[in-house]
Amino acid sequence: MTRGRLARNAIMTGVFSVAGWVAIVFIFLIFIFTFKETLPIFTDPEVKKEANLEAFFTKAQPGPTLAERYVWQPTSEVPKVSLIPIILGTLKATIVGLLFACPIGVAAALFSSEFAPPKLREVIKPCIELLAGIPSVVMGFFALIVLATWLQKAFGFVYRLNAINAGLALGFALLPIVYTISEDGLAAVPRAHREASYALGATRFQTAWRVVMPAAAPAIFASFVLAFGRAIGETMILLMAGGNAAITSFSLTDPLRTLSATIAAEMGEVVVGSAHYATLFFMGTLLFVVTFISNTFGQMVIRGMQRRMQGAKA
Amino acid sequence: MNRIGDRIAITTLALSVVLILAILIVIIGNIVIHGAGALSWEFVSQPPRAGLTEGGIFPAIVGTAALVILMTIAAVPLGVATAIYLHEYTPAEGLALAWARFRASKNRPGRRKLFLRALSALLATITRSAVANLAGVPSIVFGLFGLGFFIQFVGRAIDRATQEPGEVVWGQGSLLWAACTLALLTLPTVIVATEEALRTVPQDLREASLALGATQWETIRRVVLPGSLPGILTGAILGISRGAGEVAPILFTGAAYYLPFLPHRITDQFMHLGYHVLILSTQSPDVEATKPLLYGTVFVLLALTFLLNLTGVVIRSRTRSRLKTS
Repeated sequence: MTRGRLARNAIMTGVFSVAGWVAIVFIFLIFIFTFKETLPIFTDPEVKKEANLEAFFTKAQPGPTLAERYVWQPTSEVPKVSLIPIILGTLKATIVGLLFACPIGVAAALFSSEFAPPKLREVIKPCIELLAGIPSVVMGFFALIVLATWLQKAFGFVYRLNAINAGLALGFALLPIVYTISEDGLAAVPRAHREASYALGATRFQTAWRVVMPAAAPAIFASFVLAFGRAIGETMILLMAGGNAAITSFSLTDPLRTLSATIAAEMGEVVVGSAHYATLFFMGTLLFVVTFISNTFGQMVIRGMQRRMQGAKA
Repeated sequence: MNRIGDRIAITTLALSVVLILAILIVIIGNIVIHGAGALSWEFVSQPPRAGLTEGGIFPAIVGTAALVILMTIAAVPLGVATAIYLHEYTPAEGLALAWARFRASKNRPGRRKLFLRALSALLATITRSAVANLAGVPSIVFGLFGLGFFIQFVGRAIDRATQEPGEVVWGQGSLLWAACTLALLTLPTVIVATEEALRTVPQDLREASLALGATQWETIRRVVLPGSLPGILTGAILGISRGAGEVAPILFTGAAYYLPFLPHRITDQFMHLGYHVLILSTQSPDVEATKPLLYGTVFVLLALTFLLNLTGVVIRSRTRSRLKTS
């Protein structure tokens, strides 16, 4: 009897240990396999001829304008695979999204942590969760079918789908991230800070703005970094609402195309093992590396702040 | 004067909350108003017709359901087991303390045990940060991984081993590979939530159980898991609802534009609500004609994910109030 129990215990210990290893194995596998399909760019002579770092980043076509010099036409007779228009598109959408979501998200977080009555706070939180729960394909649909039309009517854009439209919809999806992480940080600021500030005669807003917010600055900063990571990799919203035109342009009213949207739009029709295939995987690796760095950095900032706040409470 | 300035500033902050709520209401309101009208028994029970401009979305509902079930089977047991490993089997004192204890134990018996303990704590730290990072990897990269690993690597290898040369059964997009890809995506949510739930079970209960002679497994099964079940369920459901709405990872791992039949094997391709939304809104030959169908599909997809979310939130708030009263 006892032996059976001990054996069962030993088996389950083994099962759980293996499970613990699986998560770690998969993150390495993800890295290895995205990178493995990119590798021909550096090793395969056939692929290298067409797709290489120089062609991606520096090589320019002849032409007077930027749009003619840096071109993404991977399936034309002479493939042109400059990533400049695509990276520019990614940055444009990301910047518009962050410019919208960061100030509003932080302001909302500051309001609900410092000024909102508890009843109201209990309404805000589930609403933010609801917003976070909207699948990005639905957000993309909304931006494409509804928002784009409204914006064009209001501002008279030449192109219905452009960086402002796509960036705004992206910003809607970023709001919950900025809000949630900032709010956590603001709520973690010890009461003593606020009381000391009131005792010195500061008003409620002065306290919130000059004492609580600076104390939570690392968390707020981290929320921006994590929102950036999400924005860079977001796919469906940009694929649907960005206009899908890889143009080298700094204008926010031109259509755009992002790294993620390019992968999504072209991977379906590509020949496995071709230069185009490796190029798309290269974009994936780029996304993976950038988001990995920004997420690790964001998590580090949050953990550092948690440790300090715990120290302050003790 | 000061007080008036305060009022203005606080009102400005409040406006940002109003703006967020307005965005939410406009999006959901728009979809409900246009989508609810498109719903009918025919819409949810018939396949699409006439080049996707008429008919219903029955195959997409079935495909999504099958995908979500398979994904759950793959992600939840693995995620829960990983969390149990992290929380119940690795040293609770953390890496820094475990390492310091090992360093301080020079020339004393039991040093090897302390070293293994520190090693285990190191592994736990790495796993936790890997999980945190996995949560931030863009979903399209999961799609690339699904294509590169599950289909090109694993699938092709199975084909080579089991099929006639040139036959492709496993080495192409399918329900199975899409579900595996989505499972990876939901894994971090499940792991983090489960660990949090395990943390709410008081340490005393574990010690009491062990003191009565129960093995560690018996303690986990009879004491820890029952106590943390609602939290685990919540995490699992929230993860599943995220996975149910994701489209980017299944773009090239098995979602089909249109299928005249329902999937009946795990190696079949499938239709999917989210993918159907993408197709209807970007590749429709007649945008105005498909609009009601499109809104209807979005409505069903949104209802599905919100229903899952709501279930999770309700379980969580119930547990919270129960914890408060006890």
